[in-house]
This record gives sequence, C-alpha cells and structure tokens, in this order.
Amino acid sequence: MSKLRQTPSQTVGPYFAYGLTPEQYGYDFKSIADGAMADADTPGQRIRIEGRVLDGKGELVPDAMLELWQADEQGRYAHPADPRGSNVGFRGFGRMGTGTDPQSRFIFDTIKPGSVDGEQAPHINVILFARGMLLHAYTRIYFSDEAAANARDPVLASVPAERRKTLIATRDDSSAGIVYRLDIHMQGPDETVFFDV
Amino acid sequence: MSESYAPRDWSSQPPYLHPDYKSTVLRAPTKKLIPIRQSLSEITGPVYGHDRLGALDTDLTRNAVKDAEPIGERIIVTGRVLDENGRPQPNMLIEIWQANAAGRYVHVADQHPAPLDPNFLGAGRCVTDSEGRYKFYTIKPGAYPWGNHDNAWRPAHIHFSLFGPSLATRLVTQMYFPGDPLLAFDPIYMGTPADCRELLISRFMLQHTEPSFALGYEFDFVLRGRRQTPIE
Repeated sequence: MSKLRQTPSQTVGPYFAYGLTPEQYGYDFKSIADGAMADADTPGQRIRIEGRVLDGKGELVPDAMLELWQADEQGRYAHPADPRGSNVGFRGFGRMGTGTDPQSRFIFDTIKPGSVDGEQAPHINVILFARGMLLHAYTRIYFSDEAAANARDPVLASVPAERRKTLIATRDDSSAGIVYRLDIHMQGPDETVFFDV
Repeated sequence: MSESYAPRDWSSQPPYLHPDYKSTVLRAPTKKLIPIRQSLSEITGPVYGHDRLGALDTDLTRNAVKDAEPIGERIIVTGRVLDENGRPQPNMLIEIWQANAAGRYVHVADQHPAPLDPNFLGAGRCVTDSEGRYKFYTIKPGAYPWGNHDNAWRPAHIHFSLFGPSLATRLVTQMYFPGDPLLAFDPIYMGTPADCRELLISRFMLQHTEPSFALGYEFDFVLRGRRQTPIE
C-alpha cells in the first residue's frame, strides 16, 4: 500500500501564547497544561526544572515553548501503550513559554520520574518549539545525581561522550527545594544534543 | 518493543536551517540529529480528551464574544486526522490559533497597526471524532506584514497543533488558503520541499459550505504511522 505523505511542519511562530499557553501569559482562555505538572497528591520527590534557551549568539530566546513529557515516580507513563500505566493521577505533561519570566527561563514544578523500563536512567522528554524553527526539536533532560544510572543509559551511550553534559541537568539544593538546571543551546560549542525520534 | 512509529519523512519536512527565513540562522541546530531507538518514552505521549474542552472551544466566532459578532468572513474548517497508512486517528486533540480578519494577533507582541476585534480571540481546540474528523467555525484570518525582509507579508494562515498518539507523532503546522498570491513570496511556506507544499493548502469545498452562513474549507492531516510489519 502506498503511504500518504506526512504533513509538513511549520513554525509555531512568535504568537503561540494565547492559543497554547494562554493562562501563563494572561489571556482569557483555559490552558490544557502549564509549568505546574504535579499537584499536592502526586507521589514522588518534588523537583523544579529550570533553564533558558540560547541562540547561536548566546542570546536568550524569549519566545520559545517547551513541552515536557515524563513518567511517574515508578517510571510509568499515563498512556495506553505503557502496559503498567500510571495510576496516580499524574498526567506527566507540562508546557511553558519562555516569554513571561524576567530572565526568559522555563520553570517546571514536577516530580522526579522513575527509571522507565529498568534500562533507561530517569529522564524527561522535551519538545522544543520557537519562532525560527520550522520544525520542533526533541531532546531529553537527565539528572546529575543519577551518575550510575546515567552511565548505563543506552540513549546517553549513543551520544558522543563530550556532548552528554548537554543533556544532564545540574542539581542544586536550595532552601526552596531541589532545582535541576539545564540550558538549551541551539548552536555553539555547547550545542544541545537533539534527537531524531 | 512491540510498537514503534515510522520515521519522520524528512523529504516532506522543512529543514531547520532555511536562510530565507532569517530567524532560522541562529536557531537551527547545526549538528546532525542523533537517532534514538524508540522506547516507551517515545511511543507514549500526552492524552487529552473531551474532558478538557470548553463548550465553545470549536467555535471561534462565539468563544470570545463580548457584545457583538466578530468582524470578518465566517468560515468552516474541517477535515480528518489520518496516519500515513490511511488510518483515521480518533480522539485526538487539535489546538488552533490565528490572526483576526484584519491580520492582527491578540498577542501583546504583535504591534501591526491593524485593529483588534474585541469579540475575537482567535484560539480554539477540538477533539477528533471516531472517524478522525474535526470541525471548526472561525473567521478567515487576514494577511499581515512582518520584519523578515523588505515588504514581507505572511499569507493568511491558521496555526494547528496536534499530538497524535505519541511523542513521535507531534505536529505543529500552518494551514493556508487556496490561490493566495502571497504564498510564493513567503519563506516559511517556501521552506517546505516543493513537492509537499500543496499539502499545506486547504481546499474550498462547496459540500462543507453552509448556505447563507459560511464558506467551507477542507484540510487533512497526515501523522506518522505505526511501523509496517511484514505480512505473515
């Protein structure tokens, strides 16, 4: 059977906010998701994911949008393709633009995911959109305090050793809680690893 | 892994770097993407259903009305979400946003001196039915100028965002209108491989047109499909 051609991607553009992240930007339309991924009832260790998106000149990108997709603390995805399925009411999806924080940061409050299949280290899947990107880019966030699991992770192993650090968020324990920081570099010596998913 | 998705068909997708669209120059990854073997992380994805829809989310001519109908030409945009194997994709969330009839976005960063419409937001969403169909009522968006190059204008378009069944099927795109003379001058549209550009243009359909009310346009989406397994 001949296949249909896949619909081409086009950029999210600069004006996505009132459609995709309306409440974050103060528009009068309900959001389906935001940076608050976990609620008070979600089991697991509370963490914050924080970072910036930088362009090829090292300048902040204030009109990017990130989507995070992650498993629950036991490594289960709330999706029918995961035979275990998450049963803790944790959807595992967050979405945030970089246009409302004074420092153009993305900030997600969530829980630390468990190892997904016993093989992969705990990680969060990231989809990045921005004006100037005709199609989205996939990357991942791993955790600096999971060195042993990271060392066994097959996806990290497929990345040249010197570039793995672009995927590993640095843990910082502050009075406010556990923060993992990771900047996304579109270009340059620290260019983030993007995946062909 | 028993399930996985066919790869992105790069021959139908625009490149990251397309210098005619100037913002790509500093934002395009320069290194080759690293292939990933699909795991549960890639074959799962966010699931949204009708529970998240507001009553008027599919009707942009009504969902932001303050005191009057929005200005402009009412249109219907309808079609199907399919995978590349032709299978309808039911219960899929579609999100849209667009400029108003004058070519002005509600977004605060849009400084184009065209009027805002107090009765039009330009955002909506819908979930596909059991046959993968969707339908929006909206106002035909206007063209608008932008700063990419001298005398640059974006052709009229509606932005669409679809998750599909997995992380791998994510799609954000733009739907254009047939016969728009601005298409040939638009580096975003022209960034798409030549033989796939028409996939981004809706079709006028008399059968979707509601008499004495609104013109109908049809636009289908094709998402990545399950990897084909050999016939047993």
